[in-house]
Amino acid sequence: MRVMAQMAMVMNLDKCIGCHTCSVTCKQAWTNRTGVEYVWFNNVETRPGQGYPRRYEDQDTWQGGWELNKRGRLALKAGGRFKKLAQIFSNPKLPALDDYYEPWTYDYETLTNAPLQNHTPVARPKSLITGKDMKISWSANWDDNLGGAPEHGDKDVLLSQVSEKIKFEFEQTFMFYLPRICEHCLNPSCAASCPSGAIYKREEDGIVLVDQDRCRGWRMCVTGCPYKKVYFNHRTGKAEKCTFCFPRVEVGLPTVCSETCVGRLRYIGLVLYDADRVLEAASTPDDTDLYEAQRGVFLDPNDPAVVREAENAGIPRDWVEAAQRSPVHALINTYKVALPLHPEYRTMPMVWYVPPLSPVVDAVRDTGQDAEDHRNLFAAVDALRIPVDYLAQLFTAGDPAPVDAVLRRLAAMRAYMRDINLGREPDARIPEAVGMGEEQMYDMYRLLALAKYDERYVIPPAHAEQAHSLEELATVCSLDYDGGPGMGGSGPFGESSGGAAPLAVENFHALRHRQTSDTAATPTDKARRVNLFNWDGKGRPPGLFPNEPSGGGNGTGGNGDGKDEPKP
Amino acid sequence: MTAPAQHVTLAAETSTGGLLLWVVLPYVCLAVFVLGHIWRYRYDKFGWTTRSSQLYERRLLRIGSPLFHFGILVVLLGHIGGLVIPKSWTEAAGISEHVYHIGAVFLGTIAGVCTLGGLTILIYRRRTVGPVFSATTRNDKAMYVSLTLTIALGLAATVAANTVGGGYDYRETISPWFRSVFYFQPDPDLMTGAPVLFQLHALSALLLFAAWPFTRLVHMLTAPVGYLTRPYVVYRSRDTHLGARAPRRGWERSGT
Repeated sequence: MRVMAQMAMVMNLDKCIGCHTCSVTCKQAWTNRTGVEYVWFNNVETRPGQGYPRRYEDQDTWQGGWELNKRGRLALKAGGRFKKLAQIFSNPKLPALDDYYEPWTYDYETLTNAPLQNHTPVARPKSLITGKDMKISWSANWDDNLGGAPEHGDKDVLLSQVSEKIKFEFEQTFMFYLPRICEHCLNPSCAASCPSGAIYKREEDGIVLVDQDRCRGWRMCVTGCPYKKVYFNHRTGKAEKCTFCFPRVEVGLPTVCSETCVGRLRYIGLVLYDADRVLEAASTPDDTDLYEAQRGVFLDPNDPAVVREAENAGIPRDWVEAAQRSPVHALINTYKVALPLHPEYRTMPMVWYVPPLSPVVDAVRDTGQDAEDHRNLFAAVDALRIPVDYLAQLFTAGDPAPVDAVLRRLAAMRAYMRDINLGREPDARIPEAVGMGEEQMYDMYRLLALAKYDERYVIPPAHAEQAHSLEELATVCSLDYDGGPGMGGSGPFGESSGGAAPLAVENFHALRHRQTSDTAATPTDKARRVNLFNWDGKGRPPGLFPNEPSGGGNGTGGNGDGKDEPKP
Repeated sequence: MTAPAQHVTLAAETSTGGLLLWVVLPYVCLAVFVLGHIWRYRYDKFGWTTRSSQLYERRLLRIGSPLFHFGILVVLLGHIGGLVIPKSWTEAAGISEHVYHIGAVFLGTIAGVCTLGGLTILIYRRRTVGPVFSATTRNDKAMYVSLTLTIALGLAATVAANTVGGGYDYRETISPWFRSVFYFQPDPDLMTGAPVLFQLHALSALLLFAAWPFTRLVHMLTAPVGYLTRPYVVYRSRDTHLGARAPRRGWERSGT
């Protein structure tokens, strides 16, 4: 047994209202730069829908993830080492910008510069790729809320895999939202695809990162990731991906997407797993067994043997304790209501989902039955508006049984809690019917419905003895970096060459750049401008005032020592 | 005392121009090539990339890029075979000058045409596809000129020597000169007699090598051959010095 800790996330899809706050805050924090305009580390997809990039789940086309080869051994679907190197000069399976969308901005300047005219001036869309006028025809959320479903609905990859019946029910529309970030897989195929070895999994917390200094832009990771969550920065020529907000997580803060989630549907916590069993589990012959196989890799942090092994593996005591309190572990293994996204890709994803229990109560009430009776609810699970088959395609490689079990547990929780809320005697048979105890069911209710910030996010900070070296806690002044490379200009070898700047400095400059530029391209007089929002009132930044007329006069404000003041 | 005297006589026999072109320039270029790469690797790892433009356009790249890259790899092998391996070795292996020449011209022409054809497609793509062109820096343009010139001159030298004369045996002159540079006993006289196209090819190549560390060509030096042997999934510990800077002297972390 080789115990490793993994920072993981669970999202409760029942609560997602599709507001995209997570996507927007993530973009502001990480990808509001040139070259990554089209990049969404976090995006929210409406299901059924094509996803982002379009039809990314169609692995017959994109060849992402792992598969079992003829000998039953795990192999990269897009081809192993030799094939990768042979294709290195032109990756045949790379999504083009058309599969994402062409990013654009608007020519806002005409709104203020336009001469007086009869018609209101219009801010026309300008491509951020070519700089020319463009016609917007797709975006990251073009099919949001089933927009264009009559035209595009059948392009959902999963719909072709579920039965005819669902296609018909699709006409009566069902939908739910699926927020997606990088899965930080236990068996990451992006890392395995990287020829340079630049993508690595952190030993301490399992976060999968791209070493920007080692990435050479071979683009194989984009192909390798079946979730298409590695993106290519077309300006710097490097791959970028969700970082699980490691600078925040290292100091015990939740990721930006979780922190800002309006529905409070995200949970972050540690999971302990046995690294020695990952390969075996990922090689499980039957796709539908992968969900159970992956659960089998996780270790019980309350098991003394596991705690002992974790200590031997150098996992700090407070991390083990955090793993014991982990809401993620509880939802996945104790209550068994969280399911992995597309386990059939065999990457062992570590962002799991509580599937949505669609408006089941309304549906039952419409039939004239007692909508809160658990027996009626259980019967209704099979006739949900969101078909179990569809959810099974997403979460269990098509096996409806685990999804059904989860939905029954959620329905049972509603029925059980209704009795309590109405002051009636709680019915112990309800939890029993789904294999749970009364107390356990109440705990699950607490975690899903009431859990506060510190219960939803159990994040042990990285250790204090490392504090000096942590990115955002650096005890050296980050301003001694002024004028260094990465300060928002171009290095000697084009965009963004030179050393990497600390994140805080980079964000500061990106923000300032956005605030001081008002054209799509870099304005020519950018360097001479001053942004009063960033001016703290001290000193006199160059460009704040027009150039002084040179020569004589009566002093230009003096040196402050009073000697130059005119005498009466 | 004898060694300097030898150099003096050498210098007296060779013109100053020859000395500058075939002794000074190679060493300067070589030094810039090596030191430039070290400097670039130390100070600009982030800029060390292929700067792929596949996201913008892939149809032309799909043809041009493999054509050029595989072509130039064969050209590289050909140059190793022609410049590094002495004539006496191949003859000892039973390959006569005639056989070698036929093989070299045959393979070299195919590879050269592939390389130049691929490069033409790539340059056409770079100029005509809007997003690709706007992602092209001045540095890139200079590099493309230098690279194209070198390849075109090399191909021209081969073609000219074989169509006009009966072929030129560069293994009697250019190759020994090339090796002599690395023995630190450069002999410029070997080069001054070579046909002018070969001389121009060598000179443009020298300049290309001098510019190499400062262009996107650096990606060649990090060709990912290590991929064949490393484990698929890389695990790394959280960095010993996170943050962008090396710790200040005296503030390094101690031990493990």
